[in-house]
Amino acid sequence: MSIEDSGRETRSMLLNIGPSHPSMHGVIRLITELEGEKVIKVEAEIGYLHRAFEKSCENSTWTQAIPYTDRLNYVSPLINNFGYCEAVEKLLGIEATERCKYIRVLMSEISRITDHLTCIAASAMEMGALTAFLYLMKAREFLYEIIEEVTGARLTISYGRIGGAKGDISKETLDKLDKALIKVEKEMSEVDKLLTRNRIFYDRTRDVGSLTQEDALSYGITGPVARASGINYDVRKAFPYEVYDRMDFEVPLGERGDCYDRYLVRMEEMRQSLRIIRQARTEMPGGPINVDADGKAIPSFDMVDQAKLGRTADLLGAISKLEPTLEGMERPYQDRIMPKDRTVVLPNKADTYGNIEGLMNHFKLIMDYHGIRPPAGDVYHAVEGANGELGFYVVSNGSDRPYRVRVRPPCFFAMAGLHKMLEGYMVADIVPSFGSINMIAGELDR
Amino acid sequence: MQEKSGEGPGFFTSKLEHVIGWARSYSNFLYPFITACCGMEYMSVASGHYDIDRFGWGLTRFSPRQADVLLVVGTINHKIAPILRQVYDQMCEPKWVVAFGVCTCTGGFYDNYATVQGIDTIVPVDIYIPGCPPRPEAVLDGLMKLQAKIENQRQAL
Repeated sequence: MSIEDSGRETRSMLLNIGPSHPSMHGVIRLITELEGEKVIKVEAEIGYLHRAFEKSCENSTWTQAIPYTDRLNYVSPLINNFGYCEAVEKLLGIEATERCKYIRVLMSEISRITDHLTCIAASAMEMGALTAFLYLMKAREFLYEIIEEVTGARLTISYGRIGGAKGDISKETLDKLDKALIKVEKEMSEVDKLLTRNRIFYDRTRDVGSLTQEDALSYGITGPVARASGINYDVRKAFPYEVYDRMDFEVPLGERGDCYDRYLVRMEEMRQSLRIIRQARTEMPGGPINVDADGKAIPSFDMVDQAKLGRTADLLGAISKLEPTLEGMERPYQDRIMPKDRTVVLPNKADTYGNIEGLMNHFKLIMDYHGIRPPAGDVYHAVEGANGELGFYVVSNGSDRPYRVRVRPPCFFAMAGLHKMLEGYMVADIVPSFGSINMIAGELDR
Repeated sequence: MQEKSGEGPGFFTSKLEHVIGWARSYSNFLYPFITACCGMEYMSVASGHYDIDRFGWGLTRFSPRQADVLLVVGTINHKIAPILRQVYDQMCEPKWVVAFGVCTCTGGFYDNYATVQGIDTIVPVDIYIPGCPPRPEAVLDGLMKLQAKIENQRQAL
């Protein structure tokens, strides 16, 4: 005879999980109502990482908002960067160059892999698979090295620019990327062997945290979580941006929408991302970056030093070496990744220091109350973030500062539908379910 | 141990203090209070490539009651500030606090209504590691500086 039948009064128990809990990635608080070990009600409280992203953007110029976008989804900052830049470009009516588009696709996919690696690593670790965590972190480190070489930073990169990117990718870096991808693939197959057919992992994730297709649709959930439930929606396919329409890749779909399907979808997406990176790498237009020194190549810092002293006569036709930290130094290369529109794109440093037109151009873009001024209007641009549709709704009133920068964070919708994935399961199932969603507090609370 | 002259500790007490300081500096239990971006770099520091374990920081405890060092990783806003204080209060003496990342040091570039401008307004901080986020090498350097501080400070017995 169960307790319900005995006629005795039963009371549910409230259990608070988070906000400082090892399995709450970032910070979120779950207030759960339990009956025994069964979860009957879940309420998520958010806002523990509210950093006033949108307000900060309104108080900064269009360009100054870029670093704030890095810290939205800090696991894949490059995608956020490019998403914002593309939205503003749409507003301005300019288009990045062909090569820049390929660079954006390539870097976005590297970022997507790091995000999925982190998600699988963290959720595997929470289930006790520390080995998988260490292997995947190793793989992520190989990619961080490439990102650092291209952008100058490991994590918060601020690589996107309105109208282009901060610097070009050199041929040496692309060669290193090839080697890194092979190493990443090796680690991934290692983890695949460790986890995919692992009895413990399978039992803890199969038919746990299931989300039906209807629920995913009605809560507006996108990304790997929705695709695991069988919804064939990927912004890269549905509304191709940049050069995704030229890339050959598939969108993996799950059937049951449980944690195991989400894990499989993420693994397959990483393989597809590797495919895209390789295609973008081979199809990227433009020749080698580091041309022959020709006796005229001088280190870029020397160039700046000389220009500061006014010795600019020899600098006009000079070729400097590519340095990611000195943006715009590379006169022959900059035009390949930035459009010609001088009302948006900074002149290269040789011009800034070398002639009055360059200096004025720089001044008009950098100084307060000058800056980029998109025409009044609004625009919505969505990119496929690592967790789903990442949209930027940008409003301009014609001034040098955004009137509004609204973000559509993919996590927010997943958190709204979180209770559908947790209710009816055990307390212990909260950890793998929550881990498989890959909640990122930065973009959730903004 | 009673001193005759009353000036400073005796031979045994100072030696004991030295030994305890040495032992404490190499056997720290960490409590990572991870909120934001810096957590990614903490993960990098903790795993294979940079390997925090080489310096005796390997054992991560997820209960403040078992931890010696509170590692505050990431932005602290006004909503989570009381929780940070509560976690700090739950830790047993002796305890140390590391401010990991510029948001915890000064608030960083989040100079707005939501963010706490430096966690030293809430809890006492021993080591500041600036950077947004700090590189793993910077983190290791900061933690080694904390080890030196622990070793040379006056030990509460």
